[in-house]
Amino acid sequence: MRWRHRLLHRGQLEEQLEKELRFHVEQHAADLVARGVDPAEARRQARLALGGPEQVKESCRDARGTRWLEDLWQDFRYAVRTLGQKPGFTTVTLCTLALGIGATTVMFTVTDGVLLKPLPYADPEKLLAVHGRSAIWNAAAFGEQNVAYLDFLDLKRATRSLAMAGWLYSGGTVSEPGNAAYVEWREVSPELFALLGVPLLAGRTFLPEEDRLGAAPVAILGYSFWQQRFAGSTAAIGQSVVLDGMRRTVVGIARAAFRLDGDEPDLYTPLGQNPGRFLQNRRAHPVGVLARLLPGVTIAQAQAELSAMAGRLAAQYRDTNADRGFDARILRPDVQDVAGTLWLLLGAVTIVLLIACANVASLLLSRALSRERELAMRTALGASRGRLVRQCLTESAVLGLSGGVLGVALAALGIRPFVVLWPGALPRAEEVRLDWRVLAFALAVSLLSGVVFGLAPALRVPTRHLEQALRSGSRTLAGSSRRLHGAFVVSEIALAVVLLVSAGLLGRTLVRLSSLDPGINIRNVLVARTALAPATLASPARIRIAWDEILERARRVPGADAVTLVDTVPMRPGNNQNGYWTNAAVPPENRQPMALSTCVTPDYLKVVGLPLHEGRFFDERDRMGSEPVIVIDDVLAKDAFGRDEAVGKRLWIPDMGSAPLKVVGVVGHVRYWGLAGDDQARVRAQYYYPFAQVPDAWLRRWSELMSIAVRTTVPPLSLVEPLRVSVRGAANDQVLYEVRTLEQLARSSVARQRFLLLLFAVFGGLALMLACIGIYGVLAYLTARRVPEIGVRMALGASGSDVIRLVLRQSASMIVIGVGVGLCAALAAGKILQRLVEGMQSGGVGTSVGMVAVLVAAALLASFVPARRASRVDPVRALREE
Amino acid sequence: MAEKSELPQGTLDLLILKVAALGPVHGYAIAQRLQQVSRDVVQVPQGSLYPALHRLENRGLLSADWRQTETGREAKFYRLTRKGQSQLETETASWQRLTEAVSLILRMSEGGAE
Repeated sequence: MRWRHRLLHRGQLEEQLEKELRFHVEQHAADLVARGVDPAEARRQARLALGGPEQVKESCRDARGTRWLEDLWQDFRYAVRTLGQKPGFTTVTLCTLALGIGATTVMFTVTDGVLLKPLPYADPEKLLAVHGRSAIWNAAAFGEQNVAYLDFLDLKRATRSLAMAGWLYSGGTVSEPGNAAYVEWREVSPELFALLGVPLLAGRTFLPEEDRLGAAPVAILGYSFWQQRFAGSTAAIGQSVVLDGMRRTVVGIARAAFRLDGDEPDLYTPLGQNPGRFLQNRRAHPVGVLARLLPGVTIAQAQAELSAMAGRLAAQYRDTNADRGFDARILRPDVQDVAGTLWLLLGAVTIVLLIACANVASLLLSRALSRERELAMRTALGASRGRLVRQCLTESAVLGLSGGVLGVALAALGIRPFVVLWPGALPRAEEVRLDWRVLAFALAVSLLSGVVFGLAPALRVPTRHLEQALRSGSRTLAGSSRRLHGAFVVSEIALAVVLLVSAGLLGRTLVRLSSLDPGINIRNVLVARTALAPATLASPARIRIAWDEILERARRVPGADAVTLVDTVPMRPGNNQNGYWTNAAVPPENRQPMALSTCVTPDYLKVVGLPLHEGRFFDERDRMGSEPVIVIDDVLAKDAFGRDEAVGKRLWIPDMGSAPLKVVGVVGHVRYWGLAGDDQARVRAQYYYPFAQVPDAWLRRWSELMSIAVRTTVPPLSLVEPLRVSVRGAANDQVLYEVRTLEQLARSSVARQRFLLLLFAVFGGLALMLACIGIYGVLAYLTARRVPEIGVRMALGASGSDVIRLVLRQSASMIVIGVGVGLCAALAAGKILQRLVEGMQSGGVGTSVGMVAVLVAAALLASFVPARRASRVDPVRALREE
Repeated sequence: MAEKSELPQGTLDLLILKVAALGPVHGYAIAQRLQQVSRDVVQVPQGSLYPALHRLENRGLLSADWRQTETGREAKFYRLTRKGQSQLETETASWQRLTEAVSLILRMSEGGAE
């Protein structure tokens, strides 16, 4: 604890040092006197022999090991004192920094939570996702393929290198306890929770003996569902829920943070209890497979074993598994589509931070210049250059850290609103929070920005021409510092140009996208997913009757004009893609062109206002047993038949049976992928087929996907409750969910662009403001320093407007260079935007010119104030001051 | 009077330790003694004497206390610690090895080695 002793008894140490050196000098002088030297002369010689007392003391202080700590403390107090003496300067700097660091911290928190944090499972780096692979699977269109249930069971039983668990995506209606409602539900194999290493909140996981047909029906509740339906009471365990008509006993409750593939399901049931025939078919691949590497196994070994297993299955089940393989990959959160947006925003916010740093740097530089005399004085008194640089850096670090503390406080307030404002659901939003990672980031950013903006002023510490610096006072200005100031202003303007031009491009894109025709009439249409009463699902005949009844009842709701069933709705997430061919020689799946497939009832045309270009739409004639028909859109007609007449031609669509389908009509193209995304979508061709011709075998599955769409004569949202009530059904368990208007869907299809525009506009405005403050500050400072020169000019006959021109010329050259550099950078930024934002187009010269004009005007205005002040300089007084 | 030569880098510490080994001594006396012993050949930079003393004290090779001089004044006296003693021995040995090696080489070149 010697260093602490030294730190605490600093005064005493100093006193002793002083005493020791005094003793030396006096002793030396006494010796000289004894040799006959005159006392005054003796003292002089003794002092000369020792050297400058302050320099010697400094070296002695350096020799103490705790020197840096003492200095740090001293510098810290000095910094706080000097900053306190200039409250205006300190406030402006701190606010600037707090804004920059706060905004950056918010963006980092979000990016970290969504993209960087590991998955919230135990040892996530040991977790793998196992996908199916086959030569004909079109992974580009459909993403990774899942695994057949029987294949999964075989793999799970046989692999030695992996532990495995499977899960199946399901939805259903819970009719007890509480009101009937649609729920998100996952059927999982019993190992799932243990495999992920996440214990339940209460109760137990499924037992192996519960994972088979006919076992006691059980369920695990999701946390949110438990909170809503059981008010968070652990007495829920042992009670029951009725899911799709089956009463299940609750055995466990999942934790609040538990997510499966990014979602929080409402319920979990044992996968083995699902009686679906598709689970016994190795051709169907519905099961998501998660795996954990067993200790000491590498992913390559696991992959080798999976490949060997695939070979064995292929030999055993030649007709279903012949070309089937399995791939194991490290499990990663699925956030692909927000990654670009987040990086973009992090980049934008970094630009704001850089501008803030440039601003503070130029403010500090101005101060460093006016302190040049002070620093020269201190050098003359024995301070080393390194010591003064260190002190300047301490001062900026204190500024940076205080700015950082304020910034983190701002960020703490800003994170929730940001997540809420995010268009749609932000994936992994539950991971977004202030934690030590964020604090470490904020600390690093604060210190780094402290160094960045502190370095330039610190390196201005004078070394040579001390005498000149001391004598010249504060009125002269070296060319180098003027250039440095200019560089700060130029970079601020350049960065602001990048943000403003980007915001302009986004705004232009949004305007263009919003004015696009979606291809249908989106006014006054309500769509809602519909879940039939569980009891009706058993028989195809009852399903058909139930849907007819729903349509009939909905039609009778006052304000409803026309009603239709539809499975996939334009601009709503979720689609159905099938390959097609124009003759019977259909090539393998991955070589077929793809089209979006939509199943509808005849009134669809009227409900969404789809324009019919040729032939007819569906009607009562198209039923089970009559010739299978489809209607195609312009794009498909052109792709498949070129300029030939499409009506009357046939299409082969393997997923809809082996019989060809007759084209009876051609309708307009609909911007299915949203206003922003449709133009560059991979699959744009569309076709429609009648719900009445869906075979009985598929009816149950189809019924899980159908929505009703209603064209209304009144504001559509006013119809939600009447509609809900009218379709309830006899058992009160037929429910609507995901109720939207087409207008809402259209708006949300450009929500990402609107959100980006909003943030870029905010950042751009912030950048503009900071840049203007920077220009103002620098010019005010530079002109204040040129007062004597201006005085001379005016004494020699320059007029006030001459002076204004002089100052403005100086700022104009900075602005021009800044805009030039900024436009080059903006060009690059525009390219990045085009890559990451749907619907962005190149060009936009007009918009860019407009944004730059705004910036130039603001910058000139900011420079006008100091210019005007300079023009009012009184030459006599200015000269006298010199 | 012989021309004064500069002290080789790092030897000041060694000399200070050697002087302090003879008994408690204050800074001025160390400077005096170094000059006397080396018969004014060695230029002791007084400015770097005190930083060196403080550095050695800090490294625990010297310890210091305040006591009265013969003339009754208070001065800071430095004393060799046990750690300083062993440091002095190793440094002396290595200094001797070095000088022997250097003079060996110098003799070699005088002898006209190829």
